[in-house]
Amino acid sequence: MSTTIKDPETIEPANMDLPDPEVVKKELLARYPAKVARKRSNQIIINQKDEDGTFPEIGANVRTVPGIITQRGCSYAGCKGVILGPTRDIVNITHGPIGCGFYSWLTRRNQTRPASDADDNFMTYCFSTDMQDKDIVFGGEKKLKAAIQEAYDIFKPKAISIFSTCPVGLIGDDVHAVAREMKEKLGINVFGFSCEGYRGVSQSAGHHIANNGIFSHVVGKNDTIKDAEFKINLLGEYNIGGDGFEIDRILEDCGISIVSTFSGNSTYDQFANAHTADLNTVMCHRSINYVADMMEIKYGIPWIKINFIGAASTAKSLRKIAQYFDDPKLSRKVEEVIQREMPEIEKVREEVKKRCEGKVAMLFVGGSRAHHYQELFKEIGMKTVSAGYEFAHRDDYEGRDIIPNIKIDADSRNIEELSVEKDAEKYNPRKTEAEMEALKAGGFEFKDYKGMMSDMAKGTLIIDDVSQYETELLLKLYKPDIYCAGIKEKYAIQKSGIPMKQLHSYDSGGPYAGFRGAVNFYHEIDRMVNSKIWDYLKAPWQISPELSAKYGWE
Amino acid sequence: MLLRHTHKDILPREALTVNPAKTCQPVGAMYASLGIHNCLPHSHGSQGCCSYHRSALTRHYREPVMAATSSFTEGSSVFGGQANLIQAIDNIFTTYDPDIIAVHTTCLSETIGDDVYQITNKAVKEGKVPPGKHVFHANTPSYVGSHVTGFANMTKAMALYFSKSTGVHNGRFNIIPGYVEPSDMTEIKRLAKEMGIRPILFPDTSDVLNGPMTGKYKMFPQGGTPMADLVSAGDSIGTIALGPLASADAARAMDGKWHVPCRVEDLPIGLSATDRFIDALRKAAGVSVPDSITRERGQLLDIITDMHQYVYRKKVALAGDPDHLIPLVEFLVQMDMMPIHIVTGTPGKAFEKEIERLTAHLPHKVNVAAGGDMFLLHQWIKNDPVDLIMANTYGKYMARDEDIPFVRFGFPILDRVGHSYFPTTCYRGGMRLLEKILDVMLDRLDRDAPEERFELVM
Repeated sequence: MSTTIKDPETIEPANMDLPDPEVVKKELLARYPAKVARKRSNQIIINQKDEDGTFPEIGANVRTVPGIITQRGCSYAGCKGVILGPTRDIVNITHGPIGCGFYSWLTRRNQTRPASDADDNFMTYCFSTDMQDKDIVFGGEKKLKAAIQEAYDIFKPKAISIFSTCPVGLIGDDVHAVAREMKEKLGINVFGFSCEGYRGVSQSAGHHIANNGIFSHVVGKNDTIKDAEFKINLLGEYNIGGDGFEIDRILEDCGISIVSTFSGNSTYDQFANAHTADLNTVMCHRSINYVADMMEIKYGIPWIKINFIGAASTAKSLRKIAQYFDDPKLSRKVEEVIQREMPEIEKVREEVKKRCEGKVAMLFVGGSRAHHYQELFKEIGMKTVSAGYEFAHRDDYEGRDIIPNIKIDADSRNIEELSVEKDAEKYNPRKTEAEMEALKAGGFEFKDYKGMMSDMAKGTLIIDDVSQYETELLLKLYKPDIYCAGIKEKYAIQKSGIPMKQLHSYDSGGPYAGFRGAVNFYHEIDRMVNSKIWDYLKAPWQISPELSAKYGWE
Repeated sequence: MLLRHTHKDILPREALTVNPAKTCQPVGAMYASLGIHNCLPHSHGSQGCCSYHRSALTRHYREPVMAATSSFTEGSSVFGGQANLIQAIDNIFTTYDPDIIAVHTTCLSETIGDDVYQITNKAVKEGKVPPGKHVFHANTPSYVGSHVTGFANMTKAMALYFSKSTGVHNGRFNIIPGYVEPSDMTEIKRLAKEMGIRPILFPDTSDVLNGPMTGKYKMFPQGGTPMADLVSAGDSIGTIALGPLASADAARAMDGKWHVPCRVEDLPIGLSATDRFIDALRKAAGVSVPDSITRERGQLLDIITDMHQYVYRKKVALAGDPDHLIPLVEFLVQMDMMPIHIVTGTPGKAFEKEIERLTAHLPHKVNVAAGGDMFLLHQWIKNDPVDLIMANTYGKYMARDEDIPFVRFGFPILDRVGHSYFPTTCYRGGMRLLEKILDVMLDRLDRDAPEERFELVM
């Protein structure tokens, strides 16, 4: 059986008439006030690889222009919603007025599967201190302490965490002091996050705050060594629509064991045990690459970038993991799994491709998905003409090589950077230097991410933090067959007669990761771009409005 | 079990809210602002507030919900959000060209004490507000009241900002529909028009949040109260405010400012509340009720009498907003149902008293809490099970765990369609509500009936 799926990079882009990107860029900026146009100009880049292999610098992780209608969220959303949201056995208390806790209650589609009915699962619950005006005036620490005590008395969780909303930082509640006091008193782990919504410029700040918190307060607390041969952590995978379950299935079939996933379908103990894995694999580079770095420094676990979005990428990632462990038995098993899964995928892909080939997609989402999902579109012959992230940083566009050149501005400085060193007891290099060098010499790349731009064609338009206005113009100028973004954009785009696929939450579908996920995605895109319903936008009397002279039929 | 940690034992809670039955003011303010024609809501706070509110409203309506934000950073939180708001006003008018920007505050801007009135005046002085365009605001701190309060504050703000009095009656009648769906607003307008009244309805989200698919997106759709109507509201014959919590403040403010007499009624949910609305409208506007409306009333009554046996003495648990729950409880009680567990997250002791009054004659203990939450409601259900749960979509977790028929009612409804197109207010809305209740209860009878008792005719 052959694995004929081509490496996506070798799929030729469809030959099409695209508008001149220079003209598009000019039009996107024309209406803005001069100062705004200047700023946005740095964030709208025509893709082009220079001779030295670098890409044009893009403005990213910079402040959003007030009033522009952004799709970005806040630090709290990134911390409580994205990172800690998918962990089921921590009682997550939102310290603030009711709204923030309410909106982050079950609204992301990260699935969880407790081992049994007796296992803790607090993900269906929303916990809040519901601060009132008197708490704002006199301080909320007393109420927070009482709330933690009540949560402990009623739910007896193994850990409680506290998420600060905007007013908490402003009135000076010290959530960390409260956490320390209650940790001491209750004898369970209690920790807080200063993830007030005004910190940073997007939800990315919240990811950072959350991951730093988990790294400081939880990782390394449980030294149990899992009895398994090839142990990895999966970082930056949030189990939206069951993605993580599909990845788990594949890895398990290959004989690769997941110690912890950050943070899809995760538990407190998995985080605590994460330092016992032998390899960190990073899915969403944006939300978590720094955790991988810290784990390498502190515990000696190397990390690699992998991608389970796209059938070819999944196969490539599995092979990369096998290559790292350098075990013939594992490599054989990985090949077996790939050979087993591919025929069905190929069958569907060929069938769907007939109907999708040459169609055009746009992706404006997340910190990695606008890149990764281009692979899936390529596999069915679709071309991405414009893409961008909502909250990513320059390295996610231009590749990690430019990290030393990133200027740290005032907004980033507010987000704590942990300084990490070798753990005196737990540091254990998983590979000797010689082994690492040998792997590198053979072309194996550690902590490498080349970014979105390197995978996009010359002349495509890369737009960071795209605004509603720009989105509407892009639809007019490019007339894409599908647009991918989030819930806030969805219906404005569909009202324009263009199908819109949510890639934050997947609408109602998924999984789209791994092998079965690829098949699901091919079918889903086929359904959307080839639906007949878009042919019925006009009523018969709108198509031919001329009146007939006679009443009734002849 | 999805809510596996909810147990019968009710331990006292003073500080911890679990599974809230309310959300915060700004989302209600944003919803009300969308009910003005050519108006863009603006959230003066962190980006996340605006993002969350837009997402919540978008998921509930499956329609575009546009709003801008001041995108506070740590710097603006320290030095104040004036620069952000002025820049936002400039960008919004330049880029999106609405006629009106409706600013609402958040817990952030309220805590630091931003004076939005002063900031918008400065924006006007600096020429950032083009001639004929308007910026107005409502104070909606999230740590006071709930989403209903936010709706009330924004509705009052729009009434006070725009309305004028020329001293000459315009021959029209103001109706403040309350925190209801676009479909309900259409229904309320329809009935008023059938009575020969030309209503000024504000806010009016019909044809904004239930728009058609046309292949053309318009950021400012055809619906929404026209600015001219808001201006003219000061010349109206009178105002009827539906839902005391959401609408009374605006109506009273108009009375105070322009002497437009007002009457506050319950939301017209169910038979008697609709009767009171129609009757109040009739008397205030000096019109007679056409037969067509009396016939609709009779049809609702007809379904109740036809199906009474299926609802009689059935126990119901309810979560929602005070303005909805009061007439709903009245309606259920009228049909001889027994609403026995009733929770709203919105604080206010008046609610508890009113529910106690409405349910005083029931042959069963009734639990009611204002400022309660769904966790408490679930515990009550565990201690005293019910035949039906009515709540927003979050109620479905309780319904599944306890295997109890469930009707979605309130905000938000995230997993079904219909609420934006088909009303639950007035007589026809009453019919729809009853249909929904009967559907789930009869489906349950069908599901559970032994074969010999499985009935063709019910």
